[in-house]
Amino acid sequence: MSAVIVLEDGLVLPARAAGARGTALGEMVFTTGMIGYQEAVTDPSYMGQILTFSAPMIGNYGTGDRCLESPRVWPEAVIATRIGDSPGVAGGTGFRSWLIAQGVVAVEDADTRRLVRHLRDNGAMRGGVSTEMGAEELLALVREHPSLDGRDLASEAAGVARTLGDDGPRIVAVDCGMKEGILRGLAGAGMRVEVVPAGITADEILALGPDGVFISNGPGDPAAVTPVIEAVRGVLGQVPLFGICLGHQMLAHALGLRTEKLPFGHRGANHPVQRAEDGVVEITVQNHGYAVAADSLPDGVQVTRTSLFDGSVEGLAAPELLAASVQYHPEARPGPHDAAYLFRSFRDRVVA
Amino acid sequence: MPARTDLKTIMVLGSGPIIIGQAGEFDYSGTQGCRALRDEGYRVVLVNSNPATIMTDPGVADRTYIEPLDVASAESIIIRERPDAILPTLGGQTALNLAIDLAKAGVLARHGVELIGADVDVIECAEDRDLFKKRMREVGVPVLDSRIATTLDEARAAALELGYPIILRPAFTLGGEGGGVALTPDDLEVVATNALAASPISQVLMERSVTGWDEIELEVVRDRNDNAVIVCTIENLDPMGVHTGDSVTVAPAMTLDDHEQQMLRDAAIQVVRAVGVETGGANVQFALNRATGDMVVIEMNPRVSRSSALASKATGFPIARIAARLAIGYTLDELPNDITAVTPASFEPTLDYVAVKVPRFAFEKLTEARVPLSTFMQSVGEVLALGRTFGEAFGKAMSARELDARLDEPTSVADALERLEKPSWDRFDLMLWAARRGASAEDLHAATGVHRWFTHEIVALAQAGEDLPDSLDAIDADLMLEARRTGLTDRDIAARTQTTEVEVGDHRRALGVRPSYRQVDTCAAEFAAVTPYFYGTYGTEGEVTPLGKPSVVVLGSGPNRIGQGIEFDYCCVHAAMTAQDLGYAAIMINCNPETVSTDHGVSDRLYMEPVTIDAVLDICEAERPVGVIAQLGGQTPLRLARPLSERGIPVLGTSPDQIDMAEDRGRFGALLGDLGLKAPPWAMAEGEADLLAAAEQVGYPALVRPSYVLGGRAMAIVSGPDELKAWLVKERPHGLVMVDRFLAGAVEIDVDALSDGDDTWIAGVMEHVEEAGVHSGDSACVLPPQGMTPESVADVRRQAAMLAEAIGVRGLLNVQFALRDGTAYVIEANPRASRTVPFVAKATGVPIVHHAVRLMLGERIADLGLPVGNPMTHVAVKEAVLPFARFPWADPVLGPEMRSTGEVMGIGDTFTEAFAKAQRGARQALPRSGTVFLSVRDEDKPKLAALAARIIEAGFDIVATGGSARIIAAAGLPVREVNKVADGPPHVADLILGGEVAMVVCTPSGRGDRADGATIRRAAVRAGVPCITTMEAADAASQSLGVDPARVVPVALQDLVTS
Repeated sequence: MSAVIVLEDGLVLPARAAGARGTALGEMVFTTGMIGYQEAVTDPSYMGQILTFSAPMIGNYGTGDRCLESPRVWPEAVIATRIGDSPGVAGGTGFRSWLIAQGVVAVEDADTRRLVRHLRDNGAMRGGVSTEMGAEELLALVREHPSLDGRDLASEAAGVARTLGDDGPRIVAVDCGMKEGILRGLAGAGMRVEVVPAGITADEILALGPDGVFISNGPGDPAAVTPVIEAVRGVLGQVPLFGICLGHQMLAHALGLRTEKLPFGHRGANHPVQRAEDGVVEITVQNHGYAVAADSLPDGVQVTRTSLFDGSVEGLAAPELLAASVQYHPEARPGPHDAAYLFRSFRDRVVA
Repeated sequence: MPARTDLKTIMVLGSGPIIIGQAGEFDYSGTQGCRALRDEGYRVVLVNSNPATIMTDPGVADRTYIEPLDVASAESIIIRERPDAILPTLGGQTALNLAIDLAKAGVLARHGVELIGADVDVIECAEDRDLFKKRMREVGVPVLDSRIATTLDEARAAALELGYPIILRPAFTLGGEGGGVALTPDDLEVVATNALAASPISQVLMERSVTGWDEIELEVVRDRNDNAVIVCTIENLDPMGVHTGDSVTVAPAMTLDDHEQQMLRDAAIQVVRAVGVETGGANVQFALNRATGDMVVIEMNPRVSRSSALASKATGFPIARIAARLAIGYTLDELPNDITAVTPASFEPTLDYVAVKVPRFAFEKLTEARVPLSTFMQSVGEVLALGRTFGEAFGKAMSARELDARLDEPTSVADALERLEKPSWDRFDLMLWAARRGASAEDLHAATGVHRWFTHEIVALAQAGEDLPDSLDAIDADLMLEARRTGLTDRDIAARTQTTEVEVGDHRRALGVRPSYRQVDTCAAEFAAVTPYFYGTYGTEGEVTPLGKPSVVVLGSGPNRIGQGIEFDYCCVHAAMTAQDLGYAAIMINCNPETVSTDHGVSDRLYMEPVTIDAVLDICEAERPVGVIAQLGGQTPLRLARPLSERGIPVLGTSPDQIDMAEDRGRFGALLGDLGLKAPPWAMAEGEADLLAAAEQVGYPALVRPSYVLGGRAMAIVSGPDELKAWLVKERPHGLVMVDRFLAGAVEIDVDALSDGDDTWIAGVMEHVEEAGVHSGDSACVLPPQGMTPESVADVRRQAAMLAEAIGVRGLLNVQFALRDGTAYVIEANPRASRTVPFVAKATGVPIVHHAVRLMLGERIADLGLPVGNPMTHVAVKEAVLPFARFPWADPVLGPEMRSTGEVMGIGDTFTEAFAKAQRGARQALPRSGTVFLSVRDEDKPKLAALAARIIEAGFDIVATGGSARIIAAAGLPVREVNKVADGPPHVADLILGGEVAMVVCTPSGRGDRADGATIRRAAVRAGVPCITTMEAADAASQSLGVDPARVVPVALQDLVTS
């Protein structure tokens, strides 16, 4: 069954239906990660977006619980060259069948390379995918669809309150759309984690008596997530704080920095990031469309990590305020584990 | 950290001759390494015995030594050139072993030379199985339960503890040579004996077998700042038990989930750190049990490898170039990714296509060596194909192999599945065959152990072929596009529709179905790429932009195989360089990832595509070059000259019709007649009766071969009708067979010439050491000729020039003559580059291919400023290197069918010196003392006493069997007689295997007594002593026996170049 992909600037690409039937609208983004398709589509940071895989073939090894980063699929639609339905070694559901069961619009046989090149050259933009309407009709809908810019999606993406770990310092983790891997990373480093949904205030956090505070990843425009920024501002300096991805951007805003939209985002599992302290390069997992602007660094705030792809800010520290953050994903899932030590570093700061 | 300033001169070790397990990939990596080091301002001294390489071109290093890769030669070069450091990690196992030998012999310490890239501890930790496992256990990386055995008794005891099946791997060997799997105690006796013999330190690792587990390799690059990246994860389709060099492999990994992938990535980096590889590339191999999640590390190589070359080509990340720069002190973040120019090398390439490697075997030539695939490598080459999906890449790769052998068709699906139980060289052809006839993905998985995802894809590809209409006319544009996107090639569609590849291609193009070309960019298009490296795929937007200047397409030679090796890649690379020198854009088309030609830095545009008419014509129509060079890549591109030319693509140089004039025996015979040149009587016939009549008319002994062959495929000398009939039964030749009178006792002469059609320049006249009848590719040869009279030399030069001008050659011509009693007979003329071209170029210092390309592009001989006369003041010997050590059960004799995989060169002031060097280079180093065994056939017996006398004079003892011993004794010479094998022990083979013989001379008789000779020769191969099988080579060897390696002067090519 034929399908169509359109971008707001009028680019139209043919495709074939490979998931649920229907129409989906969102910000068109691409990831260059080659494996971990199920982890990717269950990452809440993809909320409101249409996710294109540049990987040649996905869906090769089925689905399974160990590949879930949250209970549901977040992108509005999935685009790939080929979406397979192999049952996988453990005999689990095929990825294509699973997407259908989840009601996710997905298309294959799409020229994903052309799409990637277009976004690379023309910047992030809205798009649509449909198995039921023509390109013109879809384009009209795409152009009416609200942009992600200026939208706070953190509380919508947050999961339920929950805890993990039964030993070690007590961490309050503010869930802005937190990946399961982060929760496991914190607990795995020897911390008791209490997950609270975005929207919680600084006073409410401090009332829980945490040894440390963690701010998670999540979707949307960081500048718009003012409740979390306020909460971070309120706890700064009181207890050690660590932020990942959106959490890093929340810290930046709380410190008086600003965020800006990247031309086409960083999404993949091969991003080199250099540490300021020793020059070592970590291969990192990234998923962000905005980055912290380093133009007006306040006193006491350091850029600790830098992207070797485009020089953008990948880490911040405000030692006096007991705060540090990274733009990338130390929990990986999917991707290399080079940065996994960051959970232990956080624990070390908390117990110090 | 920037590059080290305390080093000035760096010595790079090459990998020597092409052998199974060590091929052109080390020319690629070595060339990259030398260039990278020179770009950084270091003085580079290169040692490599293999002349058929780009790296040994005088322009690649500052000082180039085509000398044996042994301690004596390396030390004398160190003394002359005073290097500060040696980089041993670009020359394969050979270079690593030499580095260790140099360290152990105290050479490095004596001359204050440092090893960079990998030190002795690292090399030993990676290579010594016991040490490696110990280190792995220390850091918690799982390894296989194993035992080390150094004797057969230890092996038996270990087997009891481990339980069967057991894998045996000899320490310090290439490509698993000498290893194998023992399923039973009986197997163990045989496999353990071979493995112990193969290991230079008689050490064998015995492991619990993980046969059937999945095999995965990771290519790691690490710098001195402890940055480590995985350049590529390569998944093997063939499960454990088949050597990775013989496996079909794919990148990126197709069936790994993130959990598995990261487990392997973490372990790979841990392994590299634990072994201590500070800088450079390393290859780590894992076995993964998909059912249990168990993983074990199998081995790691602290150097660039065949897999790293493959990974470089599959991803665009130049591992060797980066490794060389890391070795001199840079860190990954300081080096740019050449492809994007704006991002650093410290990242992991990501692919938006699938790369499939398929091995190329040579069992059509090594028929008696054919055994199931196992843990030692048997393939001689490989192809790489890229596509948007696995099916597309796999289909292209299978077609790119250019098989000369036809599939031995099974009788039924059940028969096919049964054959698939044992891994064979043609297993993927068999799988497709069975899938076309209804075998399911599950059936194929059950029979082969290949992961279900892949068998599913293979069944889908086969089914797509079956679903096509069986008439070409019924295939419309939509069906054609769909078929091609699935992975069917024009050849597959031709098979389905009972048409030809060319007809399908014409039909497809008429329908407007053409591939578009996509960039290989390491980053899935995330960044704009500046490097022009492309592959073709169907149904998508192209990325090729006009070159802006006239271009020349150079057609590569496809996969390495016996008869067509890297000597042709050398020619193609020179063609690209020359085209660029002359102001053209050079466009390279090749599918062989082991080569320099598929380095995207060599041409203005590289297409990693099969060298088939299917792929080449589309590229030519897209690029519209000034012309195509088809005469430098061996038979592969030559076959395409006519169909290209017929479709309006200009073929540069000698035209297809002129090529045909030389290749068509009828036309060629007529041409010789017109010119008044002599040739042995010949005839052509088809079918047994006509052939017998033809042979009768030509006269016996006769040389028989199918028409249009490569490397003497299926060629044989028959002494009478019975042997001819036996040959027909064995080879089942299709079509016409050529019958030539065989001139026994003739000397073979090879002439390479340049011509513009009116004027000819002779590049080299080479005299073969072995007599006519031994394939020219397997024979040693010498330049300038040593035994020819000046009149004979002048005569063959004159005849070659006559032929060149009569054919109208524009470019290169090779003519082979048989010289007997002062008369030269023309055996054949090939209007293309011969495999001796690089040897002649290195020996004479004249860049022949450069001149040939200028001729093809319109210049005249007179324009080229070629030297007059013969400026050579030295002697150069080329020696062939044979693969018998890998196939110890095969009889290592030479014949009309070529079997060598590579060559070495020796340069000296005299023939004896050059010959001795060549033998050392070929790992047949002639002994300096000890006992020589002599056994010659009746025809050779008149020369036996003289040979024995020379050997005794050189200080050796002689042993011989019956007849030979009596002749030697009758001449009054001392000889010890030993039993023939048939006489029972202790016989000659026992003596050889017992290490009592330093060299074997055993010439095969045409009839009878064969088994004895074969046993003796096999024993020599097993014992690793030089085994000489022709009287001529024995003569040459006897002259060189006394040459002391320490007193032979190494020669730098830069000191020879005259002009």
